[in-house]
This record gives sequence, C-alpha cells and structure tokens, in this order.
Amino acid sequence: MARDKIYQEEEFPSPLTQLWLVFRHTPLILIGLSAFAFLIILAIFSPILAPHSSVESNVAMAMLPPAWDDNGNVSYLLGTDDLGRDMLSRLMHGTSLTFGLSFIVVIFALMIGVFIGALSALTQGIKSSFLSHFLDVILSIPSLLLAIIIVAILGPGLSNTLWAVVMVLIPQFVHITRNAVKEEFAKDYVMASKLDGASSLRILHYSVLPNIIEKIISQATLAQSAAILDIAALGFLGLGAPIPLPEWGAMLASGFDLFYIAPWTVYLPGLAILFSVVATNLVGEGLRHAIKQRVQN
Amino acid sequence: MLIFTLRKLNLFLFTMLLLTVLSFSLSFLFPGEQLSNLTGHVNISPSEQVSLANEYAHERNIVWQYFAYLGHILHGELGLSMTNQTNITDEILRLLPATIELSLFAFIIATVIGIPLGFVAAIRHQKPADHAILAFAMIGYSIPVFWLGLLAILTFSIQLGWLPSGGQISLLYEIERPTGFMLVDILLSDSPYKWQALQNNFAHMILPALVIAAAPATVFIRLARTAMLEVLQTSYIKAARAKGLSFTQIVLRHAIRNALIKVVQHIGLQFANLVTLAMITEVIFNWPGIGRWLIESIYQRDYTAIQSGLLVLSSFIFLVHIITDYTYAALNPLARGAKYGSR
Repeated sequence: MARDKIYQEEEFPSPLTQLWLVFRHTPLILIGLSAFAFLIILAIFSPILAPHSSVESNVAMAMLPPAWDDNGNVSYLLGTDDLGRDMLSRLMHGTSLTFGLSFIVVIFALMIGVFIGALSALTQGIKSSFLSHFLDVILSIPSLLLAIIIVAILGPGLSNTLWAVVMVLIPQFVHITRNAVKEEFAKDYVMASKLDGASSLRILHYSVLPNIIEKIISQATLAQSAAILDIAALGFLGLGAPIPLPEWGAMLASGFDLFYIAPWTVYLPGLAILFSVVATNLVGEGLRHAIKQRVQN
Repeated sequence: MLIFTLRKLNLFLFTMLLLTVLSFSLSFLFPGEQLSNLTGHVNISPSEQVSLANEYAHERNIVWQYFAYLGHILHGELGLSMTNQTNITDEILRLLPATIELSLFAFIIATVIGIPLGFVAAIRHQKPADHAILAFAMIGYSIPVFWLGLLAILTFSIQLGWLPSGGQISLLYEIERPTGFMLVDILLSDSPYKWQALQNNFAHMILPALVIAAAPATVFIRLARTAMLEVLQTSYIKAARAKGLSFTQIVLRHAIRNALIKVVQHIGLQFANLVTLAMITEVIFNWPGIGRWLIESIYQRDYTAIQSGLLVLSSFIFLVHIITDYTYAALNPLARGAKYGSR
C-alpha cells in the first residue's frame, strides 16, 4: 500500500497561506484582487501617471466629449468638463482621494475597533452589557446620518468627513471583533492554553487574533465598500471634499448641472465608484468563501 | 411571550434613554451657545434668557438639565428651528409620514423582489441562474445610490418620459392632509379626482422607491439564498425526500417556510441602511420628506433641527427593529428563549 506521507509530521499552512491557496483557484476573485491592486497602484502613483493636471482649467477645450465621439480629441481621452479639465486625469487623481482615503480610513477604524472589541470581549457583567447595548444604539442609527452629525459638529471639509467615516465604521469592527473573540474563547484550544497558565492577553495575542484575522479582514472589505460609498455620498451632498478637488462624489455633483449636455461628466465618476466598490466586494467575497472552505475542512 | 415582551420593552426604554442622552450631549458639542442649540431660540433677549434658563433648569447641574430636556421631549416639544423659528415638532409631523411611506414602499419592493430571487438562486445552486442572480446582486449592492437615482431620472423621466422626475404628487390635485400620509389622505378625501390623484402619487413614488430598494433587495437575495441553502441540507428535508415527496413539494411545503423564518430574523437590520439610502434619494427626487429636510438643515447650520431629526429617525428605525424581532419571535418559538434580547 502506497504511503502518502513519509513523515508523521503534518504541516498546517498559516491562515493567510490557506487564504492564498483558495484565492488561486477562483478566477473571478483573482480578477477582483488584481482590480484592487490596480486601484491601489493608481492611488499612489496618480500624480506621475495622469496626463494633465486635475485642477488646471483650459476653457478652450471645455466640454469635449470622449475621444471615441466624432467631436472628441485624443489628447483628452475621456473628454473634459465644463472648465476644460481633463476627465481622465481627474478620475485618476480622484482614485487617491476616494479610494485611497477610504483605505486609510478603514485601517484607522480597524485598529481602533479591534482594540476596543478585543478588550471588551474580556470584560464581563454590567460593563459588557452596557457596551453591547450602546453599540446596538449606535448601529441602529443610519451611517450617513451619524456621519452628517459628526460633520455638523466638526464643520464641513474633507478631513472632517474622514474622521466622521472612521467613527461611523468603528462600532462595526468592535461588534465583529467582540463576537469573534468570545466565540474563540469558548473553544478547546484556548482552554488548553488557559490550563497551561497563559494570561488572557497572551491567549488573545498568540492564539485568538491569528485565528480571527480573516473575519476582521472580511469585515474590512465590507467597511471599505461602505467607506467609498459614504465618502462619495458626502462629497455628492457637498459636505465632503471642496469643489476643485477631484473626489468622485463631488465630481458627480458638479456634473449634475451638465447632465443633459455632457452626460459623460456624470457617467464616468459613477462608473469609477461602481468599479472600485465591485473590486472591493469581490475581494471580500473571496475571503468569505475561503473562510467557509476552511471551516468545512 | 410575556417575558419576551417585557425584555423588549426594557431594551426599548433603555435605548430611547441612550438616544436622548446622545441628542442632549450634541447640544454641547455643536458650535455656539448650548441653550440656543437646545431650544432653537436665536438672538435671545435677557428676559427670555432668564425664562428659558429657568425652563431648562440651566442654573442647576447637568443631570437636572437633562431631565428638564427629557420632560420637554415627553411633552412633544423639540424646540424651534434655528433658521425660520418654526416649531420642529410640527415640521417633523408634516415630513415624517412622507419618509415612512417612501421607505416602507421601498422595503416592500425589496422583500418582494429579493427573497424569491434568493430562493431561486439557492434552488438552482451552482447553475447559470444562480450565477446570474449573484452577479446582479453584486452590482446592485455596489452601485452608488445617487448615481442610480440620476440614471433613473435620465432614462425614465427625461428620455422615455414615462414617470415624473420629482415631488410627491402633481400640484393640480388639492388634497387635504389630516394624517400626513399621502395615500391615506387621498383615500379619505372626497375629491372627485381621487383615483387620478392616487395614480399620480404612485407614478411619483415608484421611481425613488425602486432606486432605494435596489441595494436592500440584493442583501435580501443573499440572505434568502444562504437561508435556503442551509435549510435544504437539514435532515428533515432528507426525511421528506425519503418519504417520497417531489422536490417541488419539499420546497413549497417545508423549505420556504423554514427559510423565511431565518430571513425575517435579519431583515429588520437592513432598515437603517434603507433609511440612509432614502435620505439621499429624497434629495435627488425632491421628495418632501425628513431626509431632505435634515440635509438642508445641515447646510443652514440648524443644530436644533439636526438634533431632533436624529432622535426621531433613530427611534423610527429602532421601532421597526423591534417589530421585526417580534414577528420573528411570533413565527419561531425557539427565539422566545432567554438568549434573545438579553445578550
């Protein structure tokens, strides 16, 4: 009888390696992942890659349709807006604002939320009960309304919007971390470490966090798609990025008046938002798929 | 069920209390004078200042101030709007019904479209229909609502000219507003053009409601699909199959009921999201609801209005949460146990 393994020792890949193994076999998710990577590269290098400035106006070239139209101009591939600013360059610069900033916002919210959530999972009794009710209240307030209130406190502007979105996202991370940590703490391997005399914090760091990281990242992708939509929505309502900045939502709002004469000023930013949110969601979908496979094995 | 009710009531009171604390503390956080943020009185004369300070217990410590505020809320006094000095309670009573109508209509559309599609996807698991529905769900979930609204107006109102692009009802119809709910008012009114008015109102409502419903519907698709897949793997389904029931019979008699219970459990949580979408959609479609009013109050720095709007909208959402929790408990005896609501 053939033996599969020569050595008795079994090898378990780390959670992140397992994730990659699943990702490699699902083409749709790989597409999402590469689109995500493309957006990140664009967000970082947009000042070098963009053919024109994002704010400089050229009135002679105003309202050019995209290059494939009869009246288009190849040097302005996606056309220009009412002030003659190149749409392609504005969209590229906008990547670092809408997509790049939402990425940073999510990382901030993740760190704060996971910290609070992990600590709160270790507390018990009335403190814990109060916290969970408090979170329920915050989670029942619509996210945009909460963001609007925080903007009203801090005043409008891009940086204030970002803080508002961070604060809106934190409770979700606290909630998911808290539940995941509690779930893990009920498992046998944690009991084994406990019997070895490990302190709660040590168990949290060495045993629990590596095992829940996927859940947190999967929540992070959800949070990022929400963050993109929230930043864009606040920009659209005129509460976020100020007018000259090429934030996608603000671009859409300024194209609103030209909707009928220059529809591409509305189509393109919307498509950009849709593309980035779909890419983020595909990555998230892959993560949840991978988690499910791991649980089944 | 009694204990369940009491526990829910307890949770509701606690939440309302927390919400009022939140909105009370907002009056300190907003820029400007705390008393005028709280009451909405601007340019207060010294004599008014004294009487207001007395009314809101402004000289005593913060706990008394909070209770004075709570007393005002319980009497239905939310203060004056800082921009035009109108009574906010009246404004909200005028605007909230429009939002409730729109969001409930969107909610119904989302459930009616989303849940059956999710079931179909689960029954056709890993087949083209499943993939198509999932792809549709992914796009619907990712599309920004303001963009979808603009596209809908461009296509259906401007290019095709089928539906009106904004407002609640054509100004031609004079409808008295005793309840504030347009549909109810039209049905109650004795106008000779009642049915035309009703049609007109529906024509105005259908486009914004569909735009709002798009994202929640896709969430319902996913929820329904997951629930159905779980149910189809349980042993009672196997038993039914062993008994000799056909697949259609199994789905119709056993699977749909049990899957619906699981969907109902999560359906309420989507309501907060739906109201957020409704707020933006109201701005685009010029719908005379509370969302548009709130966003306008931000532009005008009307802090009293923002504070009361938060209170009213959140309590409405929380009420919907509780109603769905109740429906779930009524449908599913297992949920009435100690676990639920106490966690």
